[in-house]
Amino acid sequence: MLMRTAIESAGYTREPILRDIHFELPPGRVLAVIGPNGCGKTTLIRAISGVLPNVQGECHINGTDLLQSDETSRARLLAVVPQSTYIPPAFSVEEVVLMGRTPHLNWLGTLSARDTEIAHEAMRLTDVEGFAGRWCSDLSSGERQRVILARALAQDTPVLMMDEPTSHLDLRYQIEFLEITKNLASQQGKTILIALHDLNLAARFGDTVMAMKDGKVAASGSAADVLVPERIQEIYGLSVEVFQSPGKQGTIILPL
Amino acid sequence: MKNLTRPILICTAVVIAAVLLGIGVGSVSISPRETFTILWQALRGLPLEGESENIQSIILLTLRLPRTLLMLLAGAALSGSGCAYQGLFRNPLADPYLIGAASGAGVGAVAAMSLQWPSTTLGYLAVPLASFAGSLLAVFLVFRLARVGRTLPVTNLILAGVAVSSFATALSSFMMVNAGGELRRAFVWMLGGSTMSGWKPVLGMLPYALVGLGALLALSYKLNILQLGDEQAQQLGIKVSHVRTQIILAATLATAAAVAFSGIIGFVGLIIPHITRRLWGGDMRRMLPLSMLCGGAFLVIADVLARVLMAPQELPVGIITALCGAPFFLFIMRQSKGKSW
Repeated sequence: MLMRTAIESAGYTREPILRDIHFELPPGRVLAVIGPNGCGKTTLIRAISGVLPNVQGECHINGTDLLQSDETSRARLLAVVPQSTYIPPAFSVEEVVLMGRTPHLNWLGTLSARDTEIAHEAMRLTDVEGFAGRWCSDLSSGERQRVILARALAQDTPVLMMDEPTSHLDLRYQIEFLEITKNLASQQGKTILIALHDLNLAARFGDTVMAMKDGKVAASGSAADVLVPERIQEIYGLSVEVFQSPGKQGTIILPL
Repeated sequence: MKNLTRPILICTAVVIAAVLLGIGVGSVSISPRETFTILWQALRGLPLEGESENIQSIILLTLRLPRTLLMLLAGAALSGSGCAYQGLFRNPLADPYLIGAASGAGVGAVAAMSLQWPSTTLGYLAVPLASFAGSLLAVFLVFRLARVGRTLPVTNLILAGVAVSSFATALSSFMMVNAGGELRRAFVWMLGGSTMSGWKPVLGMLPYALVGLGALLALSYKLNILQLGDEQAQQLGIKVSHVRTQIILAATLATAAAVAFSGIIGFVGLIIPHITRRLWGGDMRRMLPLSMLCGGAFLVIADVLARVLMAPQELPVGIITALCGAPFFLFIMRQSKGKSW
């Protein structure tokens, strides 16, 4: 579904951290949000997901304004993969993934066969089904990150937002994780916003790249437009060289 | 959720065994078989034959059974609410005692008692309500004092809990000294001796405990989601502040019911949730009912010890639970250094 965001200002106190963030994201597309530490990537995700106290603006998904809706209806439209991989210990992987079904359950939290089915489908996609019965305290942080993705997928929402979801993953799982994400967009038509540190990954997986600096949008467009040496110099204060790799998958950004 | 049937069956068996022990042990011992006969006859409304059976049936029906059930209910209420507090504050050291709920309830109860002591029928209604109010006030204070921004640091929670608890305990002591006369009785009550006998306290506690614990069981699923932290819980569609208030109300009601009718019994609400968590995991839908069953059984057994250890003199049951509980508490603290649960 189309996600149309227009945030005038957002912050933890009256002093806004974000200003004038406008973007439209069509279904089936991946928006990669990049920018230096503290530029407001996480704040943006928190603002849209309704956990920031002071947000002025709107964010429409399919005609519903997320910032005006209650927790349950918001959670049916939007799932968030947080940066932290904290999972309460003493829960099994399957129990945590089933928590993703929360917005679809009744007040007693009764699970139907369908809920279990959806959770297991999510576990298959993220390759965690093999250790469904294990305690989360026994997992590596990479495994936990995939469990959290599975939980967000079990939420079964048209829009997915992820805050640096690959930070604890090894190279192979980084690529696999983002391939899964890309497929979710292209095959299931999900709308996906993903905050990334790694510019190479942003170039490879973002249909659109939005660069942020000091709580504002510094540049937005295709990877080829945004990820050019002058822009990166401007945003990160770092000289880089940008190559096109001779292989099939585009851009390499090399700090000098 | 992993299978609940087996642990429930195990715990129910433990509860039944504890109840039979609680009924059977004392100056006149009653075997399980006699217990069943007497209960069966009483349920059918038939008189018993023979004089010795008659004495046994009087002891069982008017003294042991209500006392055992009172301990069962109080144990279930304290462990259930302890479990809920641990989940709510996301802190394995929270329990009705440390959080200040129990001592707050004590202040309320003593205040009500000093007005209505010895208790009349009206007093029976006033005591639990006053405990509930005192308890809520104490928990609210601890929560507000311990909070730093959006977080609730462990150290702050324990410090605030200890401070509010000591203050509340001192306040109740002060009121008891002021009330004079009934000092010893109130003192025994404070330590968790059930000074009131017969069915009255059981029937008085029952509705409050049932409402509190029933609400906790209904909320157990949402309590699970709160384990993820406020932000993630909210992103999963939970109205965090609503649910938190509901859980505090339910757990505090259960604590207050237990305190109002059986005194301040420490450490039950701390030990039992730890045992069930270690045995069967942290899913609240499992932990809450299992903690209630185990807590009930534990307190019944502690009460048996309290009656037997220095017979014919009775110890307040709070002394037994603290004697077992304090070392266990320290053990948990040592153990949880490397692990977070």
